[in-house]
Formats: sequence, C-alpha cells, structure tokens
Amino acid sequence: MKASAGQRWAGRSVLLLGFAFLYLPILLLMVYSFNESRLATVWSGFSTKWYGELFRDRQILGAAWVSLKIAFWTACAATVLGTMAALVMTRFHRFPGKTAFGALITAPLVMPEVILGLSILLMLVSAGAMLGIPSKGVIAIWIAHVTLTLSFVTVVVSSRLQELDRSLEEAAMDLGANRLKVFFLITLPIIAPSLVSGWLLAFTLSLDDVVIASFLAGPDSTTLPIKVFSSVRLGLSPKINALATLMILIVSLGVVVGWWLTTRRERERKAA
Amino acid sequence: MNEELRAALRRWMPQPRWGVIAAPYLWLILFFAIPFLIVLKISFTRMAIAMPPYTPVLEYIDNALTLRLNLANYLKLFSDSQYVVAYLSSVKIAAISTLLCLLIGYPMAYSIARMSPTSRNIALMLVILPSWTSFLIRVYAWIGILDGNGILNRLLMGMGLISEPLQILYTPAAAYIGIVYCYLPFMILPLYATLVKLDHRLLEAAYDLGARPWQAFWRITWPLSRAGVIAGCMLVMIPAIGEFVIPEMLGGPDTLMIGRVLWSEFFNNRDWPAASAVATVLLLLLLIPIVIFNRQQQRQMEAR
Repeated sequence: MKASAGQRWAGRSVLLLGFAFLYLPILLLMVYSFNESRLATVWSGFSTKWYGELFRDRQILGAAWVSLKIAFWTACAATVLGTMAALVMTRFHRFPGKTAFGALITAPLVMPEVILGLSILLMLVSAGAMLGIPSKGVIAIWIAHVTLTLSFVTVVVSSRLQELDRSLEEAAMDLGANRLKVFFLITLPIIAPSLVSGWLLAFTLSLDDVVIASFLAGPDSTTLPIKVFSSVRLGLSPKINALATLMILIVSLGVVVGWWLTTRRERERKAA
Repeated sequence: MNEELRAALRRWMPQPRWGVIAAPYLWLILFFAIPFLIVLKISFTRMAIAMPPYTPVLEYIDNALTLRLNLANYLKLFSDSQYVVAYLSSVKIAAISTLLCLLIGYPMAYSIARMSPTSRNIALMLVILPSWTSFLIRVYAWIGILDGNGILNRLLMGMGLISEPLQILYTPAAAYIGIVYCYLPFMILPLYATLVKLDHRLLEAAYDLGARPWQAFWRITWPLSRAGVIAGCMLVMIPAIGEFVIPEMLGGPDTLMIGRVLWSEFFNNRDWPAASAVATVLLLLLLIPIVIFNRQQQRQMEAR
C-alpha cells in the first residue's frame, strides 16, 4: 500500500515538529553558553569567558573527576552482572526462583529514584551500624548505580541474544566444546557490540544521576550532578551552560560515531 | 562405578551455570530486595536523636523480647491532607503527562516506522540522542526558555502577541512540559518497536474491504500496537509519579508531588521513619503498574 501524498506530508510535519521540540531547548542552551552577559537569557555579545571560568572552577572539576570514576566502575560492574542476567533470562529455562529473578531484574527500570536512593541508604546504614563500616560515600554511590544500571544492560544485551543465530553455538557444542568455551569463543564476540552499548548506557546513566547520589554522598564524594543541581536550583548560571554544552558535544559525538560504526558493520555483514 | 561416581560428583559440584545465576541474583537481593524490607521496618519506628536516627523495632527489655511497631507515620499519612493531596496530584500529573507523551509520541513512532530503513535508522538515533545527554541539563534548558525574562516570553512579546510576560516557569505547566520533554523518547521507542513489526498486508486487506483510514487504524493498527502502548505508558508513568528533579526545578511551590515530600521529610526534617512510610505507600501504589510492566517485559525477553 502506498501512502498518499497528504499522509506522507502529515507524517513529515509531525516528525519535524517532534524533533524541533526535542532539539530546540538543547540548541538554545548551547547558543547561550557563548553569551557575554551574566543574565543568561539576555544576549549581549559573543564570548567564551564562561568556558574559561568553568576550567578555573576547582570544585566543578573535582566533582567531574569523582563522577567519571564512579561512572567508569559502575559501567564495568553493571556490564558483567547485566550480561550474566541477560544469559539467565534468555538461555536458562526454568530454575527455582526464575519468576522472582525476572521481577528483580525489570523493576529497577521503572523504580522512582527517590525510593531507590532512600532504600539503599537505609540498608547501608543498617549494615554499617552492624559491621562498623562507613555507609556513605563513593562506594555507596557505586553500589546503588550498579543496581540501577545492570537492568538496562540486561535489556540491551538480551535483545541481541534473542536475535542471535543459535545454530553456531549448537554446532560448536556438537563438535565437543563445553558451554564456557562456546560462550567465550562464539557468543561473546557476536554480542560484543551490545556489551559496548550496554557499558555506555550504564556509564551515562551513572554520570547523570543526581537523586540517588544525593542520598548516598558523603562529605568528600560530591558528584558533578549534585554540584550542578545545587547551583541551578535557584535559577540560571552561564557557567553551567558552558559545562552543559561541552557534555552534550562529547556525548553526541560518541553516539554519532558509535551509530556510524554499527551501521557500517551491519551493511558490510549484509553485503558479505 | 567410576563413571557413576563422576556423574554424581558432577551433579553436586557447583557448575559455572549456577555462578552465572547467583552473581546477579545475589546482588539484586542484597541491594534491591532487602533494602525495601529495611524501609518497611524503619517506617514502623519513631524518629530519635541517635545514629541511626530511629528507635529499634525489636528490643530486649526486662527479659522480654519486645516488638514495637509504631503506626503513627502511617496514621499521619492518611490524616494529614497534605500527603493525600500530594499522592493524588502526583498520579494526576504523571497520568496527564503520559497521555501527552502518547499523543505526541504515537504519530512520531508511526511516521518513523513507515520510513525507508536508512532514514528510519537516522530518525531513531535522533530520538535516542537527547536521552543520552544529561537529564539534569535538559530540564535546566527549559529554565532559560520559560523564565519571565526568557526566550519564549521575549519572542511572544517581540511578536506583539502578549504585552506582559507569561508566568510559566515555577508553575505546574512547566512541570508538565519538563516531564513530557524528558520522557518522550521512552514512549517513542517501545511504540516504534511494535509498529515496525506491523504486517501491512492486514491494512491493505482492510482497505480492500472498504475500510476508511481511521477505521483501519482503530481496528487494526491500534490493537496490534497495544503491547508498545502499554510498555511506553508504564515506562513514562511509573517513574514520573515519583519524579523529584523536574517538579523541584521547574514546578515551583505549587507543584506538589510525592517525590518532593519524601525528599523534604528526609533532607529537611531528617525524619527517616516518615520518609520510609511515604516510600512504602508510594511503592504499594506503584505495585500493580510495576507488575504489569514486569510481566510484559519478561514475555518480551523470553520470546523465541
């Protein structure tokens, strides 16, 4: 069935409006990061002085470093645990407690962050009181972020596992390879791109979180979002526009390059 | 004999298979399930000046193990109208935002699903890209637009449409805009995933049999995309009910949402038991939608 010209026109204008809604705010934010005025909404001339101020702000740079470290280790742990969970969900048929496992793995996807932050803090405080260990700080944030992000990794990896052609694994198994060998030599190389996307997703989610980190941050573990949140809660700050612009540019570059690499790979695979 | 022994040993030895189940399972039990039980426990205590700042539930007093459940936190939740209003207005704000996301997201997902595979990929990436950039920053971007002295007001005044700036920032309207803006990709993606699999021969058949376009839509496309509609609505509505950052940054004092109440009980009043009770009731409220979402997700992961 061919769509009529009117339908196609309507579809295009809907998309155009939708993308304008999604992108205009971000673009305006970036434009105003080059505004000279302290009043972030009144244009008074082009300037890069807010970028200079940003790089002189020791507190923001320190918070960014803390956030990057937490995000890196969160993404590593969540990728390992999330991939295991994806294997369990897609490959392991029926074991005692599978329904509960499924519930535990999907609930964090939608759980409000205030509940997640509060509950993990109270748990760590209780455990800390019993074991005499500190209950707040970088490790606490890491634990909470791994819990939050491993489900997202599971969704990404399990959708790839479902598409996978099982006959390759079966052939290797018929030739005498054990399960472990099959996983590392056959399955893992094929699903590797989804592990990379899962890792990146966990990394950005961790880098982005302000609510959970606020519950769990100690005096020396102020993360970048906590810092940003406390400075924009009361309105605009041009320095934050500059920071936002840099973050958006880095992330967009990464996403576009990743997208380009995967589509090229797929095209090559299809051509082969 | 030797073979049998080896087979028996193999059965009882821990297999790598169990390690693969145990690692994520134990992690989630320890850091996701048990914390809820502790929240439940603390919701039955009273605030105390100590560390941790609440009274114990189980105590050994005069040779008797005493269980003390303090119900005052829950009674307060249901007698103080402020809490009830906050729960109801959270549900209302989340439901309306979800509906708006569906109204904007469905046509977008539909148009993307009808594109050629190459442009479909680009459009899909454009939908996902904003959700990879910081959530906090995307909310912050709206302050500059909606502010009394902001871009939108200057534009409207410059065009002569209004003479005085509209007060949108720090009102519930700004909270709606923020929620719809931030959660829209979560609505579009599951809708797209079901719409792209739609068998167009069904629509052709409907047209051949003389159906009007809207009839074909309501009787074929809509029912077949129901799984995506449910997944999208749950992905938007459940987290939106507990949303804190958006109402806090854009909503002003009039936007009462339960996430803010929980936050202020914990951070401003330092009343951990009250915050736990608020969280427990919120979780009960979300239980049914979460179960619906879980079932649907599990079916998807186990498909094939």
